[in-house]
Amino acid sequence: MNTYEPIIGLEIHVELATKSKMFCGCKNDPFFASDPNIYTCPVCLGMPGGLPVPNKKAVEWCILLGLALNCRIAPESKFDRKNYFYPDLPKGYQITQYDQPFATLGKLGNIRIRRVHMEEDTGKLIHATVDGKRVSLIDFNRSGVPLVEIVTEPDFRTVEEVDSFLKKLQQIIRYLAISGADMEKGSMRLEPSISLRRVGDTKLPDYRVEIKNINSFRFVKKTLEAEIERQQNPKERYQATRRYDEKTGTTLLMRAKEEAEDYRYFPEPDIPPMRFEKKYVGKLKSTLPELPDAKKDRFIKTYNLNEQDSILLVETKVFADYFEECIKVTPKIGLVNEISAKKIANWLINKRPDIETVLPVQFIEEIRNAVTVVELSSEEITGAINSVIETKKQAVEDYRNGKEQALMFLLGQVIKELKGKGDKQIIIELLRKELKK
Amino acid sequence: MKLNTLTLAQAIEKLKKKEISLSELYSDIQLAMEKNKDLNVYLKVDEDAVKKAHKKENEMLAGVPIAVKDNFLTVGLPTTAASNVLKGFMPPYESTVTKKIQDAGGVVIGKTNMDAWAHGSSTETSDFGLTKNPRDPKRLPGGSSGGSAAAVAANMCIAAIGSETAGSIRQPAAWCGVVGLKPTYGRISRTGVVAMGSSLDCPGPMGKTVEDCALLLNVIAGKDIYDATTADIPVPDFTKNLKKGAKGMRIGICYMNYPGIVGTPMAEAVTRAGKIFESLGAVVDQVSLSMSVSDHFKSNTIIAPNYAIGVYTIVQRAEVSSNLARYDGIRYGNDRSFLGEEAKRRIMLGTFALSKGYADKYYLRAQQIRSLYIQNFRELFKQYDLLISLSSPGVALPIGASAESPMFGELQDLLLEPSSLAGLPGISVPCFRDPSAETDLYLGLNIMANHWQEEKMLQAAYAFEQNTEWNSWIKK
Repeated sequence: MNTYEPIIGLEIHVELATKSKMFCGCKNDPFFASDPNIYTCPVCLGMPGGLPVPNKKAVEWCILLGLALNCRIAPESKFDRKNYFYPDLPKGYQITQYDQPFATLGKLGNIRIRRVHMEEDTGKLIHATVDGKRVSLIDFNRSGVPLVEIVTEPDFRTVEEVDSFLKKLQQIIRYLAISGADMEKGSMRLEPSISLRRVGDTKLPDYRVEIKNINSFRFVKKTLEAEIERQQNPKERYQATRRYDEKTGTTLLMRAKEEAEDYRYFPEPDIPPMRFEKKYVGKLKSTLPELPDAKKDRFIKTYNLNEQDSILLVETKVFADYFEECIKVTPKIGLVNEISAKKIANWLINKRPDIETVLPVQFIEEIRNAVTVVELSSEEITGAINSVIETKKQAVEDYRNGKEQALMFLLGQVIKELKGKGDKQIIIELLRKELKK
Repeated sequence: MKLNTLTLAQAIEKLKKKEISLSELYSDIQLAMEKNKDLNVYLKVDEDAVKKAHKKENEMLAGVPIAVKDNFLTVGLPTTAASNVLKGFMPPYESTVTKKIQDAGGVVIGKTNMDAWAHGSSTETSDFGLTKNPRDPKRLPGGSSGGSAAAVAANMCIAAIGSETAGSIRQPAAWCGVVGLKPTYGRISRTGVVAMGSSLDCPGPMGKTVEDCALLLNVIAGKDIYDATTADIPVPDFTKNLKKGAKGMRIGICYMNYPGIVGTPMAEAVTRAGKIFESLGAVVDQVSLSMSVSDHFKSNTIIAPNYAIGVYTIVQRAEVSSNLARYDGIRYGNDRSFLGEEAKRRIMLGTFALSKGYADKYYLRAQQIRSLYIQNFRELFKQYDLLISLSSPGVALPIGASAESPMFGELQDLLLEPSSLAGLPGISVPCFRDPSAETDLYLGLNIMANHWQEEKMLQAAYAFEQNTEWNSWIKK
């Protein structure tokens, strides 16, 4: 009896892969740091007198992502302070964006994007035992790493929709080359909000459960399914923050919220407001790479591929680029008629060559070699040979009398007969054999 | 002649000409420090200052000793902002201002006392004891840069650095009878300055003369890549046109009809100052005062400063409540139980003003009124080159005065708050000494200019200083 449907909205955080942090010159590389607290300075440590200077690249990338998600870019924007205490937040406030996010009102598929804004990451708390004492350690390598927050409208009705949206978003982010968007590493973090609503109702439910700590793509569906199941019990439908527990595969209560926390937002006085001229946004837009969907459509149209193959080809930008590189080199080695785009696509999808080591031209040769053998049976070749032997009697006789050049003439005739298909070596071999008869 | 009484310009010149030696200069400064120990001017003196100075003999500032307010981070000298929370804090990096001074050949001779966290206008709220006014030790030096003003007044340095949010340079300069300059917001870097009201904070020079302030401003002004609020605007040589006089300048006298000022000897002093400017060839008139913010668009009317108190109090407290959040004692300094009364009051008020349901009523409303003040000045500067007023409603008050009102600072800085909210530059020069008092009590004349017009402001201030008798360091 399924009289309730899930209403799901997402909040996604993505760490940008800029060289330096969001508001200081420290290296942005929290995952590969050899030691804790090596990429720190007065700004990201919240020392007295340290002032934030925004990373232009990060701002640009955030806007670029907004554009890729079909958002409207704010002509005027600013940073704000979100005030709260936590030991991993050295300034006692997070620099984020409150009422003027860089990008709003976007769309990805059927899902509406409410906003895309820029903020900074916090440090990392590590609870450990040192010299027999339970202690909390703070690593500030991650403090001040540029973080983009993407908020969707509560437009998801199924778990599958969430899964495919996330995959598509991850794909776009990777196409833009602005982040690894890796959930396992934490460079992409998901906080879904779920509530249940009676089917047919149009108003949003008066509660929502926010879930944190989903540390892997594998857990997304599981978590949501478990939470939907849990909320089937009407008593469980109240405002709360829960976290995913890997061991039990369920969500556990973190806190039940009476009302929204008061973060006392106000404009960040250390950073002047920003203005984004139409010209600037237009210029940025022109740098957007062709995104997966557009590329897929183009592949279908230009190369006469089917939808499924195209989807597989555009999975990553490097793979799609490799495909087109292959197409480009094919005529250069004189094989435009022998090897079609469709064939290259099939081979790429099935063989998955190591595109880092195998050059496109090498891959095409590989296809050619295999294709010729596979495609022409020796009967077909022999048939063609025999028909040439039949008609070019003079040349056959010349050859049999020891004129080697006659063989090349006959080979040419056979190839012509075979319409250019077939491996030369094989044809020569068979030709000699037949001529000996 | 005591070398510590030299002005910055004189000291540099004499050192360069080898007429005096750094050792003599520093030893006279040392004597003044010992003599004035009771004033409690310095929180920390650099024992190696003279050694450092000798290495800088050939540089622009020739190794002269500069006193620096204790909210500027200085490597090797503890920086506390006069709060127990930061007691013993050794900064890991140097503030841009002190770095520029050192790069130009100056020496930070010591760190001066101030109101804790710069919260105040008396230097009474320092966690390390109050500073006394060298002109009259029974009185306050003003604040929050009271230590720096007193250091200059008592010749315990050659010049000094202070910082101002609204009045914290000019009001103590006025009370101690020295010159203090607050630049345009964004003219001088705040990097390495313990933040108070971030949208208002301005470091600035304090000196014996207008020329000294111009010299120091040359050194410390300019865009800083570590402070996004500094402007990429060319820094002129502020001494270049200094002596060109005030002829032809259009000067408006402000706040003369404001209750508490109208008809007082203080108002008379400003009127006299206007007359002096007139005699120097300036065109002077009185700007009408309006008690209504809705008159902000009139170019011959200035809005009364009383609304600015509310605006300033809310904006500054809001920023304070956020800026002091980092002092949690987890990584450095002491925990929050070490905060003094005034800091706690400001944190509470700021937190309240930003709270949900109240932010619209207080913080946003304050920002709206702030923009009306900004528009008002924009209009006024269409008609005037400079505006003048008092730097503080009165002379230095007796010790203990600040305890009488939690709004003490706001009342002392009343006449400066509107222009500070607008980010305008101003300079306080001595404009009157009260002859009825037994001791030297000064009034300061506040000369304000439009954004980035410090040059014009300094020019007028210099002309005034040269043509009046109030500055004891100027030999006429």
